[in-house]
Amino acid sequence: MSKKRIATVWLDGCSGCHMSFLDMDERLIEVFQQADLVYSPLVDLKEFPEQVDITLVEGAVSSEEDLHKIRMVRERTKILVAFGDCAVTGNVPSMRNPFGAKATLQRAYLENVTLHPQVPREAIPALLEKVRPVHEVVKVDVFIPGCPPSAETIFLALSDLLADRMPDMAKLTRFGA
Amino acid sequence: MNQPVRVKTLKIDDRDVSGREDETILEVARQNGIFIPTLCHLEGLTPIGACRLCLVEIKGVSRLLPACVTRVEEGMEVYTQSERLQKYRRMVLELLFSERNHICSVCVVNGHCELQSMAQILGMTHVSVPYRFPRLPVDASHERFVVDHNRCILCTRCVRVCDEIEGAHTWDVMGRGIDSRVITDLNQPWGESETCTSCGKCVNVCPTGALFEKGKPVSDRQKKRQFLPYLTMMREERR
Repeated sequence: MSKKRIATVWLDGCSGCHMSFLDMDERLIEVFQQADLVYSPLVDLKEFPEQVDITLVEGAVSSEEDLHKIRMVRERTKILVAFGDCAVTGNVPSMRNPFGAKATLQRAYLENVTLHPQVPREAIPALLEKVRPVHEVVKVDVFIPGCPPSAETIFLALSDLLADRMPDMAKLTRFGA
Repeated sequence: MNQPVRVKTLKIDDRDVSGREDETILEVARQNGIFIPTLCHLEGLTPIGACRLCLVEIKGVSRLLPACVTRVEEGMEVYTQSERLQKYRRMVLELLFSERNHICSVCVVNGHCELQSMAQILGMTHVSVPYRFPRLPVDASHERFVVDHNRCILCTRCVRVCDEIEGAHTWDVMGRGIDSRVITDLNQPWGESETCTSCGKCVNVCPTGALFEKGKPVSDRQKKRQFLPYLTMMREERR
């Protein structure tokens, strides 16, 4: 049997879920005996490859780039996993939603700055008006709540997915875990 | 003289059970170790059937009825765990999460929250309706307590405990539908309330992080509710 192809993607999140992923420690060996990591912030690859079996998406959809990226990832992935609370609920990035994108940029780049206050406009993607959980933008197959989900949770979820089973996440984790 | 106690016999999930005629389906179910989820219900306070999590199916009745305010009847056949009920309960929870800003990871009661635990118990892993993200205030004007409307689910436990147990009636509900808010006195800042006795009962019965005490570490946010049935019992004995 050929190895499964796994990818991880980092949208608007703090990378805590990826840190928790690394926290699997020696169990990573077990995971990667059954799978190859074909794309991730943890490896040096620029292009998201075609035909990925499982993609874990950390972070909410927050900018034009996130939107573009997640749509492409969805097209090229069999099983898309919303990985952690930001991807599942919007979580901390969504705390700007009651105020709107304009007020957020103004607060961050103008009101609190004394030297050359300016909103950056070049080479960075525009913010969306509202931060949205991944499943509001593309179809999500599996949800792993948690901020971040524990290494144990990630390992058990991945083990199930690699064995072509759907994991029962409610038993393993919760929002804010 | 004590009235004779009338007993009703009925079935819950195909089990033969019995209860006093003045008891509700929820009370009888709990006495028999049958789990029915609740949020607005709290032993010691008047049941109001507001959250709709305890909906049950009754044979011969087309509507779903809230177990916390439905009295037991002779020959009733109650079902508490059907797929239809699970679906509606999860939907109720999803709507509660989507209506305000429940961000568990930055909430003071993360890990001690009934809404959060209920999502886990009922197997709700995400919210399938769009979130509303309303802009809501936090009132920290009280010397000891804070009300964060982002976390409020309008269960009105605070309103009921303040009225029925403390007797102050500082809390109330203002507005209609989705604009409803719990308020102190006539929508004045809590810190300026002349009726609040600062007893903290509302904070301890609140199922979420909507009401919390200032200056306590997150690890010590467990709500203390043991006092409630005890206070109710003592009062009934004095009457």
